[in-house]
Amino acid sequence: MTELLSFEKSRPSAGAPRLPESGLSGPKPSQALPADQLRAKEPALPRLSEPEIMRHYSRLASMNYSISEQFYPLGSCTMKYNPVLNETVAALPGFAGLHPYQDEATVQGALELMWRLEQALCEVVGVERVTLQPAAGAHGEWTALRMIKAYHTSRGDTRNEVLVPDSAHGTNPASAALSGFQVVEVKSGPDGRISLPDLESKLSSRVAALMLTNPNTLGLFEREILDIAEMVHATGAMLYYDGANLNAFMGICRPGDMGFDAVHMNLHKTFTTPHGGGGPGAGPVGVKAELVPFLPTPTVERANGHFALDFKRPRSIGRVRSFYGNFGMLVRAYSYIVAMGGDGLTQASRDAVLSANYLRKQVEGDLEMPHAGPCMHEFVASAHNLAPAGVRALDIAKALLDRNFYAPTVYFPLVVPEAIMVEPTETESKATLDSFAAAIKEIVGLVKTDPQALHDAPQKLPVGRLDEVAAARRINAYLQGQSEDPVLRWKPPAN
Amino acid sequence: MLEAIGVQSMDDLLVDIPKSLRIKTLDLPAGLSEYDTMSQLSSLAARNRVFPDRLTFRGGGVYRRFIPAAVAAVTSKPEFYTAYTPYQPEASQGTLQAIFEFQTLIAELTALDVANASLYDGATAVAEAAMMAHVQTGRNEIVVAGYVHPEYVEVLRGFSEGRGIKVRKGTDPGPKTAAVIFQQPDFLGLLVDARELTEKAHAAGALSIACVDPISLAILAPPGEYGADIAVGEGQQLGLSPSYGGPHVGFISCRKELVRRLPGRLIGTAYDKQGRRGFNLALAAREQHIRREKATSNICTNHSLCALAASVYMTYMGPDGLRQVAEVSFQRAHSLAERLSALPGWELAFPDRPFLNEFPMRVPKAPALVRKLARKGILGPLEMNRWFRELKGVVTFTCTEVNDPGALDELVAAVEG
Repeated sequence: MTELLSFEKSRPSAGAPRLPESGLSGPKPSQALPADQLRAKEPALPRLSEPEIMRHYSRLASMNYSISEQFYPLGSCTMKYNPVLNETVAALPGFAGLHPYQDEATVQGALELMWRLEQALCEVVGVERVTLQPAAGAHGEWTALRMIKAYHTSRGDTRNEVLVPDSAHGTNPASAALSGFQVVEVKSGPDGRISLPDLESKLSSRVAALMLTNPNTLGLFEREILDIAEMVHATGAMLYYDGANLNAFMGICRPGDMGFDAVHMNLHKTFTTPHGGGGPGAGPVGVKAELVPFLPTPTVERANGHFALDFKRPRSIGRVRSFYGNFGMLVRAYSYIVAMGGDGLTQASRDAVLSANYLRKQVEGDLEMPHAGPCMHEFVASAHNLAPAGVRALDIAKALLDRNFYAPTVYFPLVVPEAIMVEPTETESKATLDSFAAAIKEIVGLVKTDPQALHDAPQKLPVGRLDEVAAARRINAYLQGQSEDPVLRWKPPAN
Repeated sequence: MLEAIGVQSMDDLLVDIPKSLRIKTLDLPAGLSEYDTMSQLSSLAARNRVFPDRLTFRGGGVYRRFIPAAVAAVTSKPEFYTAYTPYQPEASQGTLQAIFEFQTLIAELTALDVANASLYDGATAVAEAAMMAHVQTGRNEIVVAGYVHPEYVEVLRGFSEGRGIKVRKGTDPGPKTAAVIFQQPDFLGLLVDARELTEKAHAAGALSIACVDPISLAILAPPGEYGADIAVGEGQQLGLSPSYGGPHVGFISCRKELVRRLPGRLIGTAYDKQGRRGFNLALAAREQHIRREKATSNICTNHSLCALAASVYMTYMGPDGLRQVAEVSFQRAHSLAERLSALPGWELAFPDRPFLNEFPMRVPKAPALVRKLARKGILGPLEMNRWFRELKGVVTFTCTEVNDPGALDELVAAVEG
């Protein structure tokens, strides 16, 4: 079943919804404004009645896999259950109805929430201060790198390189480049962890920072982290923590204690704000004392029981987005932290590690495990062992979809061929993990008996595998003026 | 489970963590029941003052508008809000098609060829557009014309610093200028001459970037009609609550020739073997997860759910509804401006400049006025000298379809009282 586009269903007779009338006399804009300021051609927005609109979106909703209905073991994304209480709280008029330019005296509850959230996040990751402003993880990375750059500049130090492991998320090198740094890649060793000799060879007085995920994207704890921190700091560089995998060790250990100077967190991963089909998220950044002067403005300060926004921070890098961050997501994350408490957060991480190791054990007979365990909150398997039969990681992923599981992250990290990255999270039951392992076993069984069935998957979804090559060709044709079909949007039929 | 794994205790799974790093506990309060959590959060919410929609006359980038119930009914569907980035298209057609429709709605509204899946907010959208212009032209200067939202300009400066781009104010692009950026209507609510600024930009070999109010485009000439190359803006007015400034949604659209420079996600149509039409991530080779340091932007998570809200809003309104909302706001604002101008000592700050539904007034004792209105339950105008020294005594009022004629009477009475 597929669904027509709203534009294709549009019918002129649907008219307009009933809306407030102005109730005032006076000219309309078309009479009052200069003609050259007016729109010539009406935008082709659809005309549909409310029942048609609601049915349209209900059908679209039914075409999605989501945490609410499926196990969603998407590695590196921490697809844990999003407590429904979070949604209720964020919708309270006392939060959702606040204008960002209200006077401070009228938003004391909001500022206190932000202040308390900052305190809690400082405790979880072991830092001095946290900015809540960045809108997402990548935005947090960029914010932190700008602070690091400002720090070095303030010391008269013009360092222009950032080191990034070959197993890092793509956002790391992209954020470094956007901040004006040269990206230098550091290799992983055979055990999947960063290669210390390679790191040593790349450290120099030109290096501003090393960006590191711990546990790394292979789900392995960087055992030598204290040595790494010492090496990095000895050259005057800073150590940056990519918090994508923070769910592995809340209450067990802390990036700040490991020597990280700047730490970003994904509230939409670790702290259960929903992923929304690709955002909005929130990517707060925590820093140690030497980076505090460079935090974005405004910060939230408390004095004599009163909360205030502090804009007067002369060494600040300035704001990184409008207003004060994705406040609605901050409310959700704070609600989660209050409900969980210190004990609950610790238990969550322990359970996440337990789930990942359990599932890893259940599937290790079926898929290759390129690195020795134990893993932390996720593991990376490989479908390399199935390659001789012509079956690839992608086939496994698609076959899982037919069995009502969302697929793990595939082909990442890049250092593992045919990678299948599985992050079960703490909110899944043993029964769910067992059924997923059984599905893997059944699928791998088909490699010998019916590999074609795997190539043909998925069969039970609204569409089968889409031809990306043909789609790219059609886009090229459009961009080069050889075709009228824009591919990237619907276009009204030519009159 | 430990037994199945083949270990004795949880600690056996944590052996890779150096002992010196292990902590016993987090210094945070113990967890609470749902009831107690709700109580605690509700008491924080109760310590904020919420002004009624109809008595809110403050804008400055975030506006109170009527939000159809359909918006929350759709965005609160867990199939939408608990899904993630559609890496597996077959199991994500709902999100993908919704984004494809969003791209089309924005492209139609701005009258440009292609829009992306969304950005964080208006400020970062402006900055991303400037980066596109920098790469496209190979030039290192951005000219900001007129009163562009000061927070957008601050974010633009931050983005530019990393790339070695100079940002300056003016209306005179030169041979080094990559783009001229203007806001329509501007931060004060006034209309700018978008055609002239676009012509000037093009004459200097620079791009024209229009930062637009999406509701205004039901009435005003859209960027595509006056030849702008990139349109960006803040989509909060399209069905999103103010929420103390976020999450909202940034949008960006451009001419066909610039599509490969667009930041972030793009969704396109694709077909399966049976010829069924589906939707999929397109031109992904621009993005960070493929291109790494050579990507057009670092953005990954964007504001998909907010884009969905905006799509529901625009679909609900249709072209006629959107025009009515814009017209009613226009008439209310003009009526209010007329009444306020008649007060002794009050005058329009720029009487010759047309505006839509936000306008600057020069008033006696602005801070006292704002305080007085707050005491009467009204969220009054925004003081401009917070950002612009030359605008001391100037405040901006905003009216939309939620400020009914009775609310205007209350405001005027409160001012006079």
